[in-house]
Amino acid sequence: MPTEQTQESYFQDKIDREVRIEPTDWMPDNYRKALIRQISQHAHSEIVGMLPEANWITRAPNLKRKAALLAKVQDEAGHGLYLYAACETLGITRDELYEQLHSGKAKYSSIFNYPTLTWADIGAIGWLVDGAAIMNQVPLCRASYGPYSRAMVRICKEESFHQRQGFDIMLTLCRGTEAQRGMAQDALNRWWWPSLMMFGPRDDDSPHSAQSMKWKIKRNSNDELRQRFVDITTEQAQFLGISIPDPELALDPETGHYRYGAINWEEFKAIIAGQGPCNRQRLEARKTAWADGAWVREAALAHSQKRAAGTSAGAPLADPSGVARSGPTGATSAETNLSNPQPAPYVK
Amino acid sequence: MLPSLYEYLLYLGDNTLILGHRNSEWCGHGPALELDIALTNISLDLIGQARLYYQYAASETAWQSEDTIAYLRDAHQFRNLLLVEQPNGDWAHTILRQFLFSSFQHHLYNYLRESSDPTIAAISNKSYKEVAYHLRWSSEWVIRMGDGTQESHQRMLTALEDLWMFTGEFFLPAPYEDQLPTGIQPLPAPLMQGFWMDRIKEVFSAAGLPVPASPGFQSGGKTGRHTEYLGYVLAEMQFLQRAYPGSNW
Repeated sequence: MPTEQTQESYFQDKIDREVRIEPTDWMPDNYRKALIRQISQHAHSEIVGMLPEANWITRAPNLKRKAALLAKVQDEAGHGLYLYAACETLGITRDELYEQLHSGKAKYSSIFNYPTLTWADIGAIGWLVDGAAIMNQVPLCRASYGPYSRAMVRICKEESFHQRQGFDIMLTLCRGTEAQRGMAQDALNRWWWPSLMMFGPRDDDSPHSAQSMKWKIKRNSNDELRQRFVDITTEQAQFLGISIPDPELALDPETGHYRYGAINWEEFKAIIAGQGPCNRQRLEARKTAWADGAWVREAALAHSQKRAAGTSAGAPLADPSGVARSGPTGATSAETNLSNPQPAPYVK
Repeated sequence: MLPSLYEYLLYLGDNTLILGHRNSEWCGHGPALELDIALTNISLDLIGQARLYYQYAASETAWQSEDTIAYLRDAHQFRNLLLVEQPNGDWAHTILRQFLFSSFQHHLYNYLRESSDPTIAAISNKSYKEVAYHLRWSSEWVIRMGDGTQESHQRMLTALEDLWMFTGEFFLPAPYEDQLPTGIQPLPAPLMQGFWMDRIKEVFSAAGLPVPASPGFQSGGKTGRHTEYLGYVLAEMQFLQRAYPGSNW
């Protein structure tokens, strides 16, 4: 029987050799806890993050944008699913994770506590928020925990598409009318600083960072990623012709990086403590959806139990789809599968 | 383009746009993440179908596009069925609305696949597969809720009482349907009722729900006489196009 100490050194050795840790492998309790915290926080961010964007689905300015936004928010729901599933491999259920979100015990990204006021916010979120998310997330594709890293590979592919969509919305607005440019500038003014905060506290004030780096759950420091984001985004804003709301932003000729002004960490802390503009609404929306859906989930469960026990009210459908394939050509026939005595007159 | 064909295309597109819009209001608020994804998917299909019908309707005039059709008409110019503009209510209402519509649309598209108009035939053929999934999914949920618990059964009965009255309109031909050249709509609307009712009976029987004896007495959507709900749907949907006319988005 190996001692805990030898297990731990074997585990760290695997991490150092870049061997992925899988659900059935031994892992230190704190590694498990750190992963549950990080992955669930990420999953919650995906589903809470649906809310500010879904706020504009019914008001999207044309059908193409409406369809793209719907697809995007749906992708986020899908990301939530992958991540909850990855988290469940660590021995916690999705219902428990929801409970942690609803009780306020688990956090989600503070950026989603800001409101989406105009259509340009949908562009700014795609460009800045998804842009920052990608920078945070690309290194996670190499995270040491297998299910997490694999989920992140899929997520990053979709996120980069979202980021391009967001930039395209901004570009269209910036090349549009005066009013549209004003809308774009206003959105940048409101989303810039919160986007920088997405990278988390300064390196000298980040309590979990050192251990996460050692375990290779995390690969780059917060400040390193934040700098990379500022460098790239500043030039994109110049291309768009809108101004980043930071008078101190300037290229440092020595380092080749853009220097930026001080981040208001008081605001960041206040939002994490629940005092952001939309904290209450976002959490209430999630709790309400969950509570209002309880009877639906109960009905589904009751039905499947009755079906299993043979006590359902009615007979099961012979063909639930009503469109079972028939014939060697794979042609579909609606009527023949709907207990309809008449032949289908127009079936290929 | 014949005026009757144009109006018929609006009828087809308006149904799916407005129902897609209604369903999309659930996005982020569904009873479970999987259901949120499924309903959003259906919204996407429906809005996609509307785009295809609108693009065809707009194809012969330079000043029209899918967006002028969707965003620059007022309520009386919309041709959708009254059912699809009804509010989401609870999950029972939303699912029942989808099922009543999909079961009709499934037959409609099955015939339209054979339309003498090749564009309608092509769009309907593509969309038929999507609608088959909508029908399957909504049928399963009607059964789950009808059969599930006392509460879910009661909620389905309430939804039925609220929505059944709007189903008669499916089979009342609007003047533009009567004026369509033969073959565009291969089976006239009234003749579809029997097929539709067979599906309703089968699913309701599996769900333990009664088939209402009362007729679906409400009508008017197909000719532009809507319920009060549509105006609010449009006010929300068309806000940006109306507030910033002539802009590119």
